[in-house]
Amino acid sequence: MSKFSRRKLIATGAAVAAGAAGLGVAAKLAKHYGLVPPDAGGLYGPGETLTYAAQRLMTRHSMAREFTRNQISATPFANEVAPLGEGFQRLQEGGFADWRLNVDGMVAHPMSLSLAEIKSFPSRTQITHLACEEGWSYIAEWKGVPLSHILELVGALPQVRYVVYRSIQPDWWESIDMADAMHPQTLVTHGMNGGELPVGFGGPLRLRVPRQLGYKSVKYITRMTVTDDVKQFGKGLGSSAPEGGYAWYAGI
Amino acid sequence: MSETLRPRHAALVRVTHWLTTLSFLALLVTGVEILISHPRFYWGETGNIRTSALFTIPIPTSRNTFHNGYGYTLPDQNGWSRYLHFQSAWVAVLTGVLYLGFGFFRGHFRRNLLPASSDLSVRGLSNVIGKHLRFKQSSEEEARSYNVLQRLTYLFVVFVLFPLVIWTGLAMSPAVASAIPGAVTLLGGQQSARTLHFFVSGFLVLFLLVHVLMVCLGGFRNRMRAMITGRGTLGHGAKDLEQA
Repeated sequence: MSKFSRRKLIATGAAVAAGAAGLGVAAKLAKHYGLVPPDAGGLYGPGETLTYAAQRLMTRHSMAREFTRNQISATPFANEVAPLGEGFQRLQEGGFADWRLNVDGMVAHPMSLSLAEIKSFPSRTQITHLACEEGWSYIAEWKGVPLSHILELVGALPQVRYVVYRSIQPDWWESIDMADAMHPQTLVTHGMNGGELPVGFGGPLRLRVPRQLGYKSVKYITRMTVTDDVKQFGKGLGSSAPEGGYAWYAGI
Repeated sequence: MSETLRPRHAALVRVTHWLTTLSFLALLVTGVEILISHPRFYWGETGNIRTSALFTIPIPTSRNTFHNGYGYTLPDQNGWSRYLHFQSAWVAVLTGVLYLGFGFFRGHFRRNLLPASSDLSVRGLSNVIGKHLRFKQSSEEEARSYNVLQRLTYLFVVFVLFPLVIWTGLAMSPAVASAIPGAVTLLGGQQSARTLHFFVSGFLVLFLLVHVLMVCLGGFRNRMRAMITGRGTLGHGAKDLEQA
């Protein structure tokens, strides 16, 4: 009996040691291949890393589902945002002619693009699903410039890993990795359902990231910063979402 | 005393049982927390407060999007609830993989959960159901292993409810939907997946309640001891334990 228990104990010990070593190796590999999200530090780091790593391996090139015109929601919905302030109001009164998107950071040619310039770029139109983390959703047709086109224009340096983007709303900013930034469906969006992008839905300019939940699709974007390290922004968690208690990666 | 205690559950079954219990309770609490931000359900791909609901749960909410007829909102704990929900889901899934491997390779499913074909007859089933309805104690011989109802229930939970709750959960993920679109369309759409996730979770909670009730009726201390230490008496309840 005692012999049997000892053997069992040794086997269990060996299995636990192998498991721990395996986890250590996996963590190293994940870090090496950029599969650890910026908010992986806390209590929920293991789960977030597993989700992000697994989904990055699965979805690096996968395309968000696109729908037919008759699947477009007749009643799209958008949560209200805090009052947009005088600055926004003035721009709105001018028909957003003076709206600018500044692109800077680790790029060869930082640029300040006007709305008209952005609209003159080659655009893509796609019918995709937008799901809010609350649980509701809608399908709409979005028109915009692939972010990859703008990143090529500004000459993003080869070592960059994230694009940080900010709303005109103070303290509303997000970031995505290059897999999402270079993804053909990630659009600097200026049109919806055949018209201009309504203010309620983020107009005049919203970054649509259709493979993640709605909160990654920041409304009213005015600035993008290309970087190799997202730790230097805010509290170093990758975006304002984790600072408010929400996951940086929202592909779930 | 020692001769009355018999081996009951393998170590791996006990470890995975409690890991599953922990992660399931975490998933349940956080799931309810996530649910109250929008206790409205839809069918198909889309749904929001401007579309008609399939049904609404008449509870107060934690968000301003939808008040559900109440004049106040509950505290919003969605952030950590989502973090914990997905982390617990990983624990549950990895535990499940371990359990399935053990179940298949060490004969646990075949020996302990697969019902004998004779038990699956109308007579066999009605016999067990009748005993349950009369709250009749099982004989010593019967208490050594699971009866046919237990076997069918556990198999249903392991091979139907858990896979379904994982599938419907993953089908709500926009990233997973991009990689495996069929996983969503087969369920009827992303909102259908959410609705089904709710119902399958409900069945799992029902199982949990009946399971705990049966443990209490069968002798709480003995059953708990068996699932913790691996050894228990033959199932005549707490009385046996006290005498032992």
